[in-house]
Amino acid sequence: MRAPRFVSTIWNTKGMARWILLVGVLITAVFLLFALCAPWIAPYDFNQTKVDGVKFPKLASPSGDHWLGTNDQFYDIYSRVVWGARTAVLVVLLSIVLSAIVGVLLGLVSGYVGGWFDRITLFLMDALYSFPSLLLAIVFSFMLRERIGGGIVAAALSLTAIYIPQYYRVVRNTTVAAREATYVEAAKAIGAKPATIMRKYLFGNVVQSVPVIGTLNAADALGTLAALGFLGLGIAPNEASDWGYDLSRALDDVSAGNFAPALWPGLAIILLVTGLTLVGEGLNETLNPALRRRRLQKVTLPPRDTTDPEVVR
Amino acid sequence: MPTKPESPDLSQEDAGPGDDVPPGPVIETDGLEVHYRLQGGALARVLGLRTRTVKALDGVTVQLHRGEVLGVVGESGSGKTTLGRALLGLAPSTQGSITYRGRDGERLVSHMKGAELRRLRTDVQMVFQDPSAALNPSMTIEQAVGHPLVVHKIARGAELRRRVHEALERVGLAPVERFASKYPSDLSGGQKQRAVIARAIILDPEVLVADEPISMLDMSVRAKILQLMLDLKRDLGLSYVYITHDLASAKYFCDRIAIMYLGRVVEIGPTEEIFANPRHPYTKALLKAIPDPDPERMLPRDLPRGEIPDAAEPPLGCSFHPRCPEAVAACGWESRDLRVVLDQHWTERGADFDTERRLVGDLDHLDAPSKRATLGKGDPAAVLALMEGVRAENPDEPLWNGVRSMESDGSKVVVEFEEGVDPALRRAGGVDVACVLYPDGAGSDTAASD
Repeated sequence: MRAPRFVSTIWNTKGMARWILLVGVLITAVFLLFALCAPWIAPYDFNQTKVDGVKFPKLASPSGDHWLGTNDQFYDIYSRVVWGARTAVLVVLLSIVLSAIVGVLLGLVSGYVGGWFDRITLFLMDALYSFPSLLLAIVFSFMLRERIGGGIVAAALSLTAIYIPQYYRVVRNTTVAAREATYVEAAKAIGAKPATIMRKYLFGNVVQSVPVIGTLNAADALGTLAALGFLGLGIAPNEASDWGYDLSRALDDVSAGNFAPALWPGLAIILLVTGLTLVGEGLNETLNPALRRRRLQKVTLPPRDTTDPEVVR
Repeated sequence: MPTKPESPDLSQEDAGPGDDVPPGPVIETDGLEVHYRLQGGALARVLGLRTRTVKALDGVTVQLHRGEVLGVVGESGSGKTTLGRALLGLAPSTQGSITYRGRDGERLVSHMKGAELRRLRTDVQMVFQDPSAALNPSMTIEQAVGHPLVVHKIARGAELRRRVHEALERVGLAPVERFASKYPSDLSGGQKQRAVIARAIILDPEVLVADEPISMLDMSVRAKILQLMLDLKRDLGLSYVYITHDLASAKYFCDRIAIMYLGRVVEIGPTEEIFANPRHPYTKALLKAIPDPDPERMLPRDLPRGEIPDAAEPPLGCSFHPRCPEAVAACGWESRDLRVVLDQHWTERGADFDTERRLVGDLDHLDAPSKRATLGKGDPAAVLALMEGVRAENPDEPLWNGVRSMESDGSKVVVEFEEGVDPALRRAGGVDVACVLYPDGAGSDTAASD
């Protein structure tokens, strides 16, 4: 059993792409750690306002009890930022996975089957794609809020809807090209069903760009999630900690001269978006053959040993 | 093994896989047509204008006898690949029939759909031209070769592995361990083609359609692959349809050869007969095109002039007549041929092009096929003189055989062509040939041959 080829490609990345990838992975890893170990890293719960019956102070300055202070809702800012990482990672992961699954499936079927199904799906997807994504996310989150409430799943679903067209487009176009390949005809010739052809012959050859789109979309999804939270359409404050929501609550404090409640969630958003973008760009640079430059590596031979009698002769 | 009575000359191979096979050719097509509707431009589609039809196959009747190698030879665009794909049901037939007589009786391939068609693939398999493209780049050789068995739920697990290894060994990819876990990109062209052949034979088929199996390979491995195919035919009792543009390899490999031109079979017969005594002018031209290592014999080759015509609007009459050096009056001459001759005249003697062109006027209307062409813008007498001049330049041009009359009707010059015949395949000597030079009953070898 051998590792897939792209693993060694990533491992052997050189130069700029390597640094981009490395920095991105590091930043993202820190936030992933926050997300995974939030209960142990954060001193308090995300919606905790009192400890042992004693209420936290409002808008407190950083102190031993509250490393980054508290905000206007009596929450501990540090805990909110750490728990926010868990929310962000959950929502982004869920939405990316869901939209990748739906987009890849639709694209594969639409590209392979063609005909009217393809035309109609293509039209719908292009229509979705032409909307500003934030507007679409707002509409979906409005619609979902009535049905399934304002939790993590609702936020993830409204983000899913806006990213499906990207996967669909890429996979559908690659499928249309691959459909005419001889190996697909060969698969028909051995008597494979259309479903088998799509699963075994097309899927592996058309999903190669999906991981890159996934990581690039992750950064975008995080921004959209923050925007939704900022507008009060994201996750309800009692369901999970949401950086965008905290940022919007902190606006008044900023005008009053207290920057801490806005600074830390804002910084978290910026850092994670940067990290994810770097990972995406790094992967793109590495895996996309159109961008990848195959650098010639300088070969250094060991100096010739003139004292060696074999060589001198 | 029962042999079809009317083909006693083909019983030399007793390679049938068993006694339970029905008599008669293993695959037979009857008037097979595969027509493709062209989409046309965007405007034509929106307005629903008439769409043109490409006749990839236009009435092909061939038989593949059990244990024989039938060569299908022709230029690019002659429909030979379409014929191969149609035999597997990969290209939908629009007219005519394909009959397959296999272990479970007689079946009409041309009427099969879906699951039934997929089941046929256990009996009729295909080897592709480009081995690098015919293997899924993301499957190992073991997966690719074994997949037909998985698809048809014939074998799995250890049994699957055993059969894959057996097939790989059979095609000479040994030691198997070295190749089984490789990806296609790790193998050479010849090795990939062996893997493609292994995938084709693993289902134990009766018929293999080989679509130019060696044309993408190095010279050094071509003969080896052909030898492998002959060995497999002997060991497994296969029948081959060997599609190629290379007559030299067909001579080595085939029992019978069908020469195709523009979607039709123009000559079909035993290989020796085709090579020793080619009848159709197209066959003669193809034979002359075989490279000859004799330095004394360089020229003339008189290869067919021009390119293969547009299959959407084939020439009237015999579709080879515009390129045929032996064409006669009845070949189906028409307005488009006249344009070719005029263009040829101007290409060779272009000094007076401007004046002559003004005299003759626009020639685009000649592109609509017609048995009657009118031309001339200036004085009809001068145009007539010009035309006579063109005829005098090259009186041997076969077109002039087909011109019944050329006269002025007062304002323009009217050229009338002889009625053409679209020749059908007819018996001539040991072969069947579709050419007006070999009319019915002219069975003797000397008739009208050079």
